[in-house]
Amino acid sequence: MGEFFRVAWLVTCKDFRVESRSREMLYTTTFFATSCVLVFSFAFVRGGQPIAGAEAGIVWVALAYSGQLALGRVFERELHHDALRGLLLSPVDRAAIFVGKLLGIVFLMVIVEMVVVFFVSLFFSATLFQYVPEFLALMITGTVGFASVGALFAAMLARTQSRAVLLPVLLYPVTVPVLIAGVSGTVALAQADPNLDLAHFWIALIVVFDVVFLTLSLWTFEPLMTE
Amino acid sequence: MNQRILTGLLVVGAVMFVVAPVLIALAPYESTMGLVQKIFYFHVPVWFMMFLAVFICGIASGVYLFKEKPTADRLAVSAAELAVLFGLLGLTTGPLWARVSWGLWWPWDARTTLALILEMNFIAYLLLRKYGGPGSEKLAAGLAIFGMFNVPFVYVSVNVWRTLHPQTTVVPTLPLEMGAPFWFSVLAYLILFLVMLGVRRRLEEQRAVIDRLHLSLEEGYSS
Repeated sequence: MGEFFRVAWLVTCKDFRVESRSREMLYTTTFFATSCVLVFSFAFVRGGQPIAGAEAGIVWVALAYSGQLALGRVFERELHHDALRGLLLSPVDRAAIFVGKLLGIVFLMVIVEMVVVFFVSLFFSATLFQYVPEFLALMITGTVGFASVGALFAAMLARTQSRAVLLPVLLYPVTVPVLIAGVSGTVALAQADPNLDLAHFWIALIVVFDVVFLTLSLWTFEPLMTE
Repeated sequence: MNQRILTGLLVVGAVMFVVAPVLIALAPYESTMGLVQKIFYFHVPVWFMMFLAVFICGIASGVYLFKEKPTADRLAVSAAELAVLFGLLGLTTGPLWARVSWGLWWPWDARTTLALILEMNFIAYLLLRKYGGPGSEKLAAGLAIFGMFNVPFVYVSVNVWRTLHPQTTVVPTLPLEMGAPFWFSVLAYLILFLVMLGVRRRLEEQRAVIDRLHLSLEEGYSS
């Protein structure tokens, strides 16, 4: 088990090292997410007042779009010089490679989330931090659910020609329940009269989806990546 | 499934589809919804078949992915097409019923939303197979397994979220005069489903034979 996590951490560190040299994904996804928030602010602010409940949807839609951008790039990088094949041929558990990639994506998305939440709080006067533990739990569990499916699909589509088109086609029907639960949970926390019980219910539901998605991803990564 | 069994099922299914409307017409009216409730005898069996198709597709995809049996993949793609077909029928009959019963076409409750997501999942499966290029069968198999695990969520959603949609307790508590035509309809749809699956799978098998022949012919020319 220790070896499994050591390999996963090595893969994550490798991705960080590659990313730290260019910072391409960090800058592009953060900029894109911020642009999404700006576009939404034109649509959901009327007469200087944001529409009630809009901030929750904006946070999650911006995250989903920017996350999709990052997911597409994570495995595309591995195609250069046949690095993906090298990675898969290394004598380690393939599930550990998946976990390593997933950790990298989750870390990246968490950084983007911090920027998005800051801008949404600023532009929409949203009170997202009334209940910090619940809000953080929502964001982190939602990100893990979205990224676990996303990492698997991005990996399996890496070798197909139309991956840019197919990734969103496959990703959203599967991850929409997590996004719905994330939006609903955030609405429950950010509304004028917060409903903690409802927020806890949505967090629990996302955890159930996370367990299902992570189990299926770890189970199918090996055969899906076999040529 | 051989030709004789398929033909037999087709004949039995045709007779049942002639008898079913009579039984449905003779069934008593539901006290609050009246005539529109009769769509229930069509709508619910269609969803049962959708779920069955999803399970067949998911299990066959698992077999294909882990045992690498091409026959399982051919069964999976046949079932996926039927899942999309029966899902579309369910998504068409549902709003017709909803418009009269609840006054709106689409209530956006948990059951209808999750059912729509499940349908989109299998449309994505077919898109991936069509446009994914070589090797997309394997990728589609992974997607089908994810889709299969959505079914329990769709099924229990009406019990978790108390919404407009009737709960899962309705079917087991049907009185005999409504239950008999309902289960008769389910059986008729099941036979129709099996016939369609058998025919579609055979088509896929024959396509594989033709592909093999083409390949051997090309190899013959090149050598």
